[in-house]
Order: sequence, then structure tokens, then C-alpha cells
Amino acid sequence: MQWSTDHLPQIVLVPTVLTMFMYVVVFSLWTIWISVSTSTILPDPSFGGFGEYVALWKSKRWTVAYQNLFVFGALYVTGALSIGTLLAILIDQRVRFEALWRTVFLYPLAISFIVTGTVWRWIFHPQTGVELALHDLGWLSARFDWITDRDLAIYVVVITGIWHASGFAMALILAGLRAVDGDLVKAAQIDGASVARTYRNVILPTIWPIFLAVAVVLLQFAIKTYDLVVALTQGGPGVATTVPAIVVYDLMFQRGQIAQGAAAAVMILVALALILIPYSVYQNLRSRHEERSHG
Amino acid sequence: MGEAETRIEFDPLSTGSFRKRVTSKTIVYALLIVFSIYYLAPLAILLMNSMRPLEEIVRGGFIAIPSSLSFQYWFEAWGTFCIAGTCDGVSRFFQNSLLMAIPATIISTVLGLINGYVLSKWRFKGADFLFGLITLGVFLPAQMTLLPWAYVLGSVGLSNTITGLVLVHTIQGLSFTTLFCRNYFLAIPDDLIKAARIDGAGFWRIFRRIVLPLSPPIIIVTVIWQFTGIWNEFLFGTVFTSGANQPITSALVAFSGSGTGVRAYNVEAAAVIMAALPPLVIYIVGGKYFVRGLTQGAVK
Repeated sequence: MQWSTDHLPQIVLVPTVLTMFMYVVVFSLWTIWISVSTSTILPDPSFGGFGEYVALWKSKRWTVAYQNLFVFGALYVTGALSIGTLLAILIDQRVRFEALWRTVFLYPLAISFIVTGTVWRWIFHPQTGVELALHDLGWLSARFDWITDRDLAIYVVVITGIWHASGFAMALILAGLRAVDGDLVKAAQIDGASVARTYRNVILPTIWPIFLAVAVVLLQFAIKTYDLVVALTQGGPGVATTVPAIVVYDLMFQRGQIAQGAAAAVMILVALALILIPYSVYQNLRSRHEERSHG
Repeated sequence: MGEAETRIEFDPLSTGSFRKRVTSKTIVYALLIVFSIYYLAPLAILLMNSMRPLEEIVRGGFIAIPSSLSFQYWFEAWGTFCIAGTCDGVSRFFQNSLLMAIPATIISTVLGLINGYVLSKWRFKGADFLFGLITLGVFLPAQMTLLPWAYVLGSVGLSNTITGLVLVHTIQGLSFTTLFCRNYFLAIPDDLIKAARIDGAGFWRIFRRIVLPLSPPIIIVTVIWQFTGIWNEFLFGTVFTSGANQPITSALVAFSGSGTGVRAYNVEAAAVIMAALPPLVIYIVGGKYFVRGLTQGAVK
């Protein structure tokens, strides 16, 4: 009785720890095991080697998906960061109705990717959206059919992704701008630096850790992107906008190749780890360094 | 990171001649308005087209001045619209989403509060390691859990049920709620807990009398985060449920793909608004807490 009273906190934690151990460790190992098993439409635990990984990387769908991830990830992160920075700086100019602007720029984040993708599909589609509107205005030769164009459709995904995420970048960057030491800014102004120069040379460099943090979060979103593409283009036209998460779903639940699907899921995990492990190591080093320099 | 406050000492555009100041202010507002159009256009298009006659949308597309507006399509979308053979509209899927998101939010938040309390105020050897393990769940991609979940849900008889989705979302959410609460509770002074212990208060009593009364801000942040995340989630709903048991996000995709013949764009637009509304209302009402959750969820 005494023992259980003394250890109550640990006992209370036991169900969560067991559950999370199951979830994080056992589930991961489970999927990794399936990826090297001989499973096809049903799980089969016998070891089958790494053939599914080879087959995955040989399939055109997957290489297109991985390329798309790079194109989309790079443009989405830089786009959302640049627009987010611009919006944060604009709002930082002591504008009126600040709360209103912030609400307008941030609300997309509360809306699901499914809703976002559906609306933007209507806007981008030549038969329902901008192109038709331009035709009705009398500009009959107007063309805006990126969403049905194999080479351009991925940029539709980028634009929509930026619409969804740039408010998030703005919110974090604005908070960073507001935390910059006022004396630093004043000093720059007394030196006669222009507004643009003050931001470029003084304010923005001091908040670069925020840019890094936002970039890491956005890269994570990019790697996990699934529902946005499903609602917007369904990975098409053809496989032009396929992303890794769509390939996983298709392999596992449409084609009955669950070993290969698991291999693709593991590759998503690897991509995330490649971003997150270096970042957390860096974060650790930085906080240790700060502790030391503050005594 | 707190709320952004206006920095009084620094007004970058207050320098220069009057004319220069006016020009730069004009540019600032012009840019803000241009961007506002980009952000608000989809919402305006949705609203407008949910009230326009179908022939008009089919002829003129989504971007056109409406000739007449009617709320009739909202009623159709809610109650009578046919999705995959049944004609109950989105109301049943909306209800599914509520039945999924509310219990999962409550359970994961309560457990997160207790976990966070133990991991911050009753630290023991290995507590930080366990915290690390729990928060790894934040980063684990859903794709890694699909096959194990399918097996687990099947073997406990929860395949294709809302209860199954509640379980999945509760466990996935535990990582976030524990992370939020633990980091928040770190700021409660240990002396407060120590003093209460000397007075003879036990584990649960301290939780009820000291920690919980200090918790409303983090409870609001956690509830908003969990509810919007779970409501908006799509993959689990699609993989683990089908037909009448799907949450609204999955149902939306199912019926925008199932259309034969002319699509009822106006009814669809109304249905899309209904799917977007609960998180949107929460965002507008609890905006401050929403942003706080973001900064904590993102940067920590």
C-alpha cells in the first residue's frame, strides 16, 4: 500500500507509456518488418529481403513522387516563408486594424486541406474557374489550364499550399519581429539606415532561428502532404502531381502490395528523420551553448 | 512566445518627409489589400456559389457575379443531398465528425493534463526519456501506423466504426497534449508543490487544488488544437471507415468523386462550407489561443 502511494505518479503514467511504446516503437517496427516481408494483399510475416525497396525505387510513380516532393517542398517552404515575412513586415508598420489583417491571413490554417483543395480545384480548373471567367469577360484567347497540364500542375499544388501555410509563417515571424530588442533598431535608425536596410541588415538576421524553426515545420508538412493533393488534383494529370503519401495509400489499399507500400512509408519516415534529427541535434547544441555562455 | 504586441519605440515609417510617409503608408495598405484578396477569394467563392442556381454555375463557372441568391442549396446539402445511394445530405457525416472529435479531444486532453503534471512536477529518474518517447509520436508519419492500426482495429472489432477513429485520434493526440501540458506546467513554481506536500497534500489533491486551477489557458489551447486537427483529418477516416460511418472530410471527397452526370456544384459548395465551419468558428472565437497553440506546437 505504502509502495503504491509512493509510486503513484509512475503508476499513473504506466498506461500512457505502454500505449505510446506500442504506438511509436512497435507500430514502426511492425511496418518496417512488413516492408521486408513477403506480404502482398495480406500481411505475411516471412522474411522476403529488400526487394520491395528496389522495386519501389525502380517504379516511375515513386521517382516522380519523390521528385515532386523536392520541387514542391522547396517552392512551398521558400514561398510561404517569403510571403510570411513580407506580411509580417507590413503588419509591423503600425497599421490600423492589425487584428483584422492577422485574422484574414491566418484563417486558412484552420481549414482542412480537403476544403482548401476542393475550392482551389474549382478556381484553377479551366471549365469552372479563372479561364472561364476571363472568356466570359470577352478575352476569348485567355488560357489558364495549369491544373490539367502535366508540367505545370505541380505549381498549382505549390500555390495552394502557400495559401494555406503563409499565414502560419507570418504569425511566428511577426512574434519574432516584436521580440527584437528596440535599442538595436533605434541605433540603426540613428545611423541613418533606411527602413529596408534596417530590416535586411539588423532585424531579420537576429530572428533567423525563427526562420529555421518555421522552415523545419513546413518541410515536415511538405513531406506528409497527402489530402491537399487528393482534393486538388488526385495526383494527376497522370502521375504528374503524385506525392509519396499518395503512393503509400495506393500500394497498400488499392493495389494490394502492402510490402511495397510499407517500404514507401518507411521512406517517408527516413525523409522526416533526415530533417528532424540534424535539427534537434543542432537545437541541443545551441541550448547547451547558451547555458554555458550565461554561466 | 507570447502575443505580439505593438512595439511603441519603433515606427519605421515615421521618418522622412510628409510626402514620403504618405507614399509608404499607401504602399503598405495597398499590399495588405492585395494579399487579403488572395486569402479571402476562396471563401467568397464558396459562399457565393453555395447560393447560386446550378445552371448559372455550369454556364459561367464559379467566378461570376450571381444573378440571384438562395439558401435552398444549404438545406439540400444538409438534409436531402444524395451521397453514394443514401439521401441524407451531410448531416450524418457532420454528426460522425462530432462524435469522433469531441470524445477524442476530451480524453486526450485529460490524459495530457495528467501526464504533463507527472512529467513536470513529479519528475523521477527516466522521466525525460519517457517524455521523449511520448513526443516522438508528434513526428511519426501516419503512413507508418496504417497497417498496424488496421490490424489492431480489426482484432478488437472496431473496424469501420467511429469508436475506432476515436481510439486512433486519442492515441495520436496524446503526444501533442502531453507535450503542451508538460511544457506549460514547467512554469508553475516547484516551491508551490513542495509547500503543498509539506502540508500533507497528496498527488491528486495537488493536481485538483493547485495545478488544475492554473490550467485553463493550456486547456483551451489543447482543446482547440486537438479539435481542429481531428475534425480536419482525412487519411484515417478514409482508410478505417467507409460508407455511412465516414467523418465529413472523407465523405466530401467520396461524393465529389461519385458524381455521374451534372455535378451539383452549389450543393457541394454548401457542403464544403459545413465541413469548414466548426474549425473556422473556433478560430474566430478563440483566435488568440489558436495562435498560441501554433507557436507552442511548432517551435517547441
